[in-house]
Amino acid sequence: MAEIGIKDVRKTYGSTQILHGVDLNFKSGEFVVILGPSGCGKSTLLRMIAGLEEITSGEISIDGKVVNNLEPRDRGCSMVFQNYALYPHMNVAANIGYALKVAGVPRAERDRRIAETAKIVGLEDLLDRKPAQLSGGQRQRVAMGRAIIREPKVFLFDEPLSNLDAKLRVQMRVEIRRLHKRLSATSVFVTHDQVEAMTLADKLIVMNKGHVEQVGTPLEIYHRPRTRFVGTFIGSPAMNFFDTTIAASGDHVLLDGIAQAIDPVLGGKNAGTTVSVGIRPEHCRLVPAGTINSVPANIDFVEELGSGRIVHVEIDGLGFAVSVEEGQFFEQGAVAGLQLPAEHIHLFSLETGLRLDDAPVVMRQSTPKTVAA
Amino acid sequence: MIERTPILNAFTYLIMILGLILILGPFWMIFTASTQSLQEVTAVPFNMTPGGDFLKNVHAAWDRANLGPALLNSLITSLLVMVGKIVLAALSAFAIVYFKSPLRHVFFWMVFMTLMLPLEVRVIPTYNIASDVFEPVRWIIQTITGIELSLQWNLLNSYSGLVLPLIATATGTFLYRQFYMTLPDELAEAAKMDGARPLRFFIDILLPLSRTNMLALATIMFVYAWNQYLWPKLMTTDASYQTAMVAMRALVPSVNSLPEWNVSMAGALIIMLPPLVVVAVLQRWFVRGLVSTEK
Repeated sequence: MAEIGIKDVRKTYGSTQILHGVDLNFKSGEFVVILGPSGCGKSTLLRMIAGLEEITSGEISIDGKVVNNLEPRDRGCSMVFQNYALYPHMNVAANIGYALKVAGVPRAERDRRIAETAKIVGLEDLLDRKPAQLSGGQRQRVAMGRAIIREPKVFLFDEPLSNLDAKLRVQMRVEIRRLHKRLSATSVFVTHDQVEAMTLADKLIVMNKGHVEQVGTPLEIYHRPRTRFVGTFIGSPAMNFFDTTIAASGDHVLLDGIAQAIDPVLGGKNAGTTVSVGIRPEHCRLVPAGTINSVPANIDFVEELGSGRIVHVEIDGLGFAVSVEEGQFFEQGAVAGLQLPAEHIHLFSLETGLRLDDAPVVMRQSTPKTVAA
Repeated sequence: MIERTPILNAFTYLIMILGLILILGPFWMIFTASTQSLQEVTAVPFNMTPGGDFLKNVHAAWDRANLGPALLNSLITSLLVMVGKIVLAALSAFAIVYFKSPLRHVFFWMVFMTLMLPLEVRVIPTYNIASDVFEPVRWIIQTITGIELSLQWNLLNSYSGLVLPLIATATGTFLYRQFYMTLPDELAEAAKMDGARPLRFFIDILLPLSRTNMLALATIMFVYAWNQYLWPKLMTTDASYQTAMVAMRALVPSVNSLPEWNVSMAGALIIMLPPLVVVAVLQRWFVRGLVSTEK
């Protein structure tokens, strides 16, 4: 268990800057997920915590101790790699126990701890197998076993689930969460999958192009995205956007000539400015054409999900995705009415991409969902 | 390309058989000559059927060239060269691939360029050094400090002299470099996270993984070292350090002696045998090591 402090950390490769000054604090025992598109610097940040990547400037501390110049072995972190990086010539037991062997732990003690770890990750029967004889999920378990046997202060996960098929991914996700609950070591998990991020995180960090876009609990980030980027990146299908000007009265914007109500206090402050309006597909409503306060929309096509469907509509060249519940039917090519409830409308500045809001979004520290036992 | 026509099949077989004759023909000649008597072997045209004097010829060759100690010398030097080359290649490729020193490309290309400088090209300076290993060191110390040292180490007529100039290997370094580059970077990183220092990683992870590579290299390098002629010939004046290849000289008929090619061929056959055995035993690994990497 350890706190991690990241202070104005930057990374440059030659003339390209990968990280532009990242400031973060992870509490002891927290499960932190760093989410972002590929190339946003999330893996680089993780590898800098691990000590596999040099820190160009800034400071990383673990448990209050600056680790910038410490070798990976002296940082007390262990890491699960995306491709597992198991030692191909060693069997499962040797793979899991290698760190102890290097550390010079006596054989009996080592065997005991290997058996113990194998039990935690469910590999008791496979200890003699070579990695090539294991399935993807089993290899994943070996990688986790190798990480936990050292009883590290910090767990680092570098997109560990992205090589698994969809079903296994869900299963391993649950197991990682369960493992964290059991070991309660500080965990940092890097992913580009928002579902993984939402389900695993105590604290979610969204990164883009080397900047931290937002820090918060998954729900905070879902309900109050701080930037337009976070709005598009979190949620599936992605948030709908259209650019428009807030009316002089400040209480509505126009969509295809029809007034859409917005928060009047917020609108009043920004009256006359052009903004980006965002609304999530699950918050849009489709009603019969001609209903009052609805915008006529042509139904482009319908995606069937089983538990519901996603209707793609088009208004004057502008596409909207709308999630509708089971039982609601819409025919391709028909016309329906689209309603945008005012309480679910997000407004973002067109220039900066920042959320327009009454109160500035406070970057609150979240409390861990699980309490160390 | 898969085609099935009888004519094409016959044609490909014809080419393969021709190739086989071309390659094995000379060996057959060596073998038959070694079994014939002096009269038979000098007959014109040459008779391609084996005679009955094989053991007699082998015995004569063994005695005349003193092959017993010579073969032992060859075996010792070849094994030392083989092991030395593998150790050196594995370590230098390790340094080139895994240590992010800015000069590593320079070093790699310097090693690579020595491919163009085989021993035959640099044999005279190499002889110079071998006869006085510390000469450059003495010269440097003397020009810098003015102190003249009487440090001397002569490699002529010694196993170190037979082995050391041959163990630097660009081919081996290159082969090992290619192998290391097929391994994912994460393997080294995982070992780092597990607390292994570089040498530990090299011994625990890289060496076991490179087994096929190592055996392929062993095959090539053993044969290479066994077949060395110029260098051992040049630097051994003491008969007790003679290698088999050099000893073979004693069996080649000279102008005024009897043209005993049957004895020469019997000697050649004996000398050919050890590398043949090595290739036969290791060929399975040899092909695998060169063609693919076992994961």
